[in-house]
Amino acid sequence: MSAVAEPATPIPGHRPLWRGLIGFNLLTAVILGVAGYYIGWFIGHQVKGPSFEFTEATDENDIALMLAYAGGVVGFLVGLGFVNYPVARMFGRPPSLREKEQEGVGRYFGLCTDHKVVGVQYLVGIGVFFFIAGLNAMLIRTELLHPVPTAFGPNQYLSLVGMHGTMMMGMMTSGILGPFANYFVPIMIGARRMAFPRIEALTFWLLMAAGFILTSTIFFGGFPTGWTGYQPLNEQAVMGMDSYICFFALVGLSMALLGMNMIATIVAHRAPGMTWSRLPIFVWSVFATSLLMVLAAPMLIAALLMAALDRTINTGFFIASSGGSPYLFENLFWFFGHPEVYILALPGFGIVLELMPVFARKPLWGYRLAIAGMLGVTLLSFLVWQHHLFVSGINAALRPFYMLSTEIISIPTGFIFLCVMGTLWKARTRFTVPMLFCMGWTFNFLIGGLSGVFLSDTPSDTDTHGSFFVMAHFHYTIMGGLIFTFFAAIYYWTPKMFGVIFNERLAKIHFWSLFIAFNSTFMPLFVLGMKGMPRRVSTYAPNLQGLNVWVSVSAFVIGLSMLVFIANVLYSLVLARIPAERNPWGARSIEWEVPTPVPVNNFDTLPRFDSDPYQYGTPVPARGSGALGTAPAGG
Amino acid sequence: MAVEPHPAAGERNHAHRFIAIWIVASLIATPLVVLLIGPIMPPGNGSTQASGHVTDNTVLIGMATPVLLLVLIYLIYAIVYFRAPKGGEAILEGPAVRGNSGVQSTWIVITSILVLALAVYGTVRLLEDGAGSGQGPSPAWPASGKKLPVQVIAQEWAFTYRYPTFGGVETDHLVLPVNQTAELHVTSLDVIHSFWAYQLGVKADANPNVDNVVFVKPTRTQTFEVRCAELCGIWHGFMSDHGRVVQPAVFEAWAREQQKRFAGTAKYLPPYSTKYVPEPARRAE
Repeated sequence: MSAVAEPATPIPGHRPLWRGLIGFNLLTAVILGVAGYYIGWFIGHQVKGPSFEFTEATDENDIALMLAYAGGVVGFLVGLGFVNYPVARMFGRPPSLREKEQEGVGRYFGLCTDHKVVGVQYLVGIGVFFFIAGLNAMLIRTELLHPVPTAFGPNQYLSLVGMHGTMMMGMMTSGILGPFANYFVPIMIGARRMAFPRIEALTFWLLMAAGFILTSTIFFGGFPTGWTGYQPLNEQAVMGMDSYICFFALVGLSMALLGMNMIATIVAHRAPGMTWSRLPIFVWSVFATSLLMVLAAPMLIAALLMAALDRTINTGFFIASSGGSPYLFENLFWFFGHPEVYILALPGFGIVLELMPVFARKPLWGYRLAIAGMLGVTLLSFLVWQHHLFVSGINAALRPFYMLSTEIISIPTGFIFLCVMGTLWKARTRFTVPMLFCMGWTFNFLIGGLSGVFLSDTPSDTDTHGSFFVMAHFHYTIMGGLIFTFFAAIYYWTPKMFGVIFNERLAKIHFWSLFIAFNSTFMPLFVLGMKGMPRRVSTYAPNLQGLNVWVSVSAFVIGLSMLVFIANVLYSLVLARIPAERNPWGARSIEWEVPTPVPVNNFDTLPRFDSDPYQYGTPVPARGSGALGTAPAGG
Repeated sequence: MAVEPHPAAGERNHAHRFIAIWIVASLIATPLVVLLIGPIMPPGNGSTQASGHVTDNTVLIGMATPVLLLVLIYLIYAIVYFRAPKGGEAILEGPAVRGNSGVQSTWIVITSILVLALAVYGTVRLLEDGAGSGQGPSPAWPASGKKLPVQVIAQEWAFTYRYPTFGGVETDHLVLPVNQTAELHVTSLDVIHSFWAYQLGVKADANPNVDNVVFVKPTRTQTFEVRCAELCGIWHGFMSDHGRVVQPAVFEAWAREQQKRFAGTAKYLPPYSTKYVPEPARRAE
């Protein structure tokens, strides 16, 4: 390992053009990806046998498509250069991190092991899919302007619903960990890189391949199951279902690797003095999320592998008539699925608690309580999955337990709220744009959490299960929780990541239009759900049209507000490019002390930490505190 | 940097004022919410189960109101009183308070009590015949007394209802007698569906080869809506019909009439199975 840290020989600046095109880059990756796709497709069509006759009769060949996707992903990764290093090592070449030492814009378009480049790649890559999935939501709401189907056929509509849900749940899983944890965790803990830089790059490119695969479902008939992919509807669906399975399995792989990498980095790469009790709370939230990713994602991969085998070679894991059980899929899926929603929520907790002290000018209130809250949520989220199955008929006698465990999870979540409230107590709060988004989170997650109490109560859930009430609830926690903090993080860290500042007026328009339109969209959905409107339908009772039109119009305003954001990105990051101050928020955490742009190795000499990053505020006369770092400010 | 007043004095001031505002607001708002919103809570009084859900929802929203107000009023209070003064370029620092063990332990104790109370309350309510949720093949909390068994058979994309006590007659609308407990056996012939009779407060997933039992006791004559509540394929949104709750005499007459109509078809069908589980559907090849 020691050789890695040595300065590598610089790469020659000017290579001939042909050398650049032939080398391992995005172009090669696409070419090899397409080649791999057709090789897999060809092999899949060579499988013959008595139980595979339908593949010729129906033009539906799941084996061919699965192998094609696998071949395409392998070709794509080979083309990017992911096997160069292991092959080189096999031939006895010395270890190096040559991919890290690239310069210029080109490094953003290929395999780069610099964690800051990967962070920016994640931000842009995930952002693209976020907007595609958001566009699907706009189309769904267009259809729901009328109580009978008008814009789309039923299959098209369900595919849109499935694409929206799956893409959001899959791609935005790494919505904060991908861009911001990759970029800032190593800096915050005083490391020069992630523990496994190549795996870090791999998680990003796997995710991009996955997103492309999911989008390709439109060429294979879409899929009718929504993001849950329940059996046996899954088994029944056309080839577009294979895109869903491959997508989610790749996302699961990417998540598990990302989580493992984060845990290893946080455990092993902290600089001297960065003890566990000095770790920024954002890093703690990343750590908790990573534990969930590592433990939950393999369950998803296993469930989807079984689903894939069911669809291709008729193994019958989930088919009742073959001795399997649809319950098995529901259990496996939600054993992953419930931790998954906390994978989405926890990084948001971290962002809010990390940013609020900066703008409240106070130390984080209740640091240990916040950690206890996050770890408590992490542990409990594995014990609640059957609350998604309260009416399924699976062992009803266990329902009181799942009701209890689900309601207990609101205790550690309450810790986070108490820490937010404590941090704001007697603060000198500046309501900058990132702070506004954090305040928005507090309101949204409060509504999301309280509506969750109705769903955790089995008798009440009997009415609301599978209705728009659930849909409103998880949009409040995921969109109101994750997306609001995602934007808070973008506005907060852009001066660091890109060295420029956002136009504040446009940013405030973005926040207020998003916040108002978001609540105006999802608050009425609680009512619609309580009035008995099921999820995932393109038809509804005519007396609900008024509210649905209101919701659709509000949803379009969300779309417009996102356009304001895009306009701001184009204006501020491309056109105006007003350079940011070195530390525009007056923050005291270490990422604002390294130069902008951050050097490839982050630190010339490793920093030493003698306090946590929350050294704000005027010292209070001794009141028996001092439990946590009472070191003077500026440490 | 501004000179801080002695922290203890100001703090007590704010704390008392905030708590007073919150208590007054809760005392006003909670009864209002319970009295005004409680009665219009879903799903109405169509059955014992539905009325039970209305009570549950009212209790839950009554408990949620003070919690909602606590955080909301706090946020507004913080925005009004704890903000940096306008215009000053220099960043003012707040007090470096890092926690308060008294507040923290009070919070932990109160939230724990609330949560445990909710769980106990929900469990007690659930023990009343399963509160209208599907309980699987061997119900843990069966209803007592005389029950009318009806099998609900879901398939893509319709429900069929079979009355075993009336010779296994099958109909495409659910008709139930008023004030008598019905024992619905929900199952599916193909994918997972969910039987949702909104006005009766009943929901039970229909799984292939699983007998999911749910109890419901309608308390007034009415028409109710039946919908599928689990995504089951392209026509999921259209999988709905209407059922009726009628007087027992009307029900008897209706059932006899159906049996007469069904007689011609019945002789071609296999003898009615009392297992409630349909023959395993052969897998489509």
